[in-house]
Amino acid sequence: MTMKAIARQLDAVTIVDLSGRITLGEGSVVLRDTIRDLAGKGRKNILLNLGEVTYIDSSGIGELVSAFTTIRNQGGELKLLNLTKKVHDLLQITKLYTVFDIKDDEAAAVGSFAKK
Amino acid sequence: MNSSATNRVSYTLDSTLESVNRAEKKALEMAVKSGFGDDCQHNIAMAVREAAVNAVLHGNAYDPLKKFIVAYEITPQALVITITDQGRGLDPEDIPDPLSPENLMKNSGRGIFLIRAFMDEVKIRNLNPGTEITLIKNVGRKAVNAEEEVQ
Repeated sequence: MTMKAIARQLDAVTIVDLSGRITLGEGSVVLRDTIRDLAGKGRKNILLNLGEVTYIDSSGIGELVSAFTTIRNQGGELKLLNLTKKVHDLLQITKLYTVFDIKDDEAAAVGSFAKK
Repeated sequence: MNSSATNRVSYTLDSTLESVNRAEKKALEMAVKSGFGDDCQHNIAMAVREAAVNAVLHGNAYDPLKKFIVAYEITPQALVITITDQGRGLDPEDIPDPLSPENLMKNSGRGIFLIRAFMDEVKIRNLNPGTEITLIKNVGRKAVNAEEEVQ
């Protein structure tokens, strides 16, 4: 399944609805380009909705880490929303579960961002 | 495709991402055939994907002149998958721990770790040149801590 990323704005938060596979190649590139685009526009509050992400490999995990670092380095926050069990498990075993701020309710997640 | 026995099949593949996808898809098919449950099927396919990515990206470096071989064997005890590349060779001792604080936020370096997490046994052999990695998932038991044997 082709990876897709659709961004929408809710208050001061940019929600990116991701779907498909985040793997080496196209999927990772789509995520990278999306984050670069948002960072270039000065968006500081990013919520990645992974609810429709069916698969992430180690390259995809690396891309999530890179996205987190990119946004943080420009003074923003990147949080994750709606992890599937498989993605949840992957973040657990790679110890990244404690690095990312992970939410399961969109409204609460949007409200959790600091006002900038 | 070469086949030396009923339950063993091997493929010689180009160093491309399409080949990685093909290796992963076949791994899933063999995991189903071996009778593993859904989670195990997913984990086996992912381990093979990670090993195939290593072969294509780090081993053969996308060199169109270099191939990698994936062999799948179903035995009564296990599903055994061996992936061999023609790269410069991998020293398992040089693989950093992705869980250590200095590596946790790195963008790469988690492939072998995930392979070890998902399989029951992992053997890495430096062929000088080339690397052979053997992934073993035992039938009828849950994943245990992976062992590594350096030869």
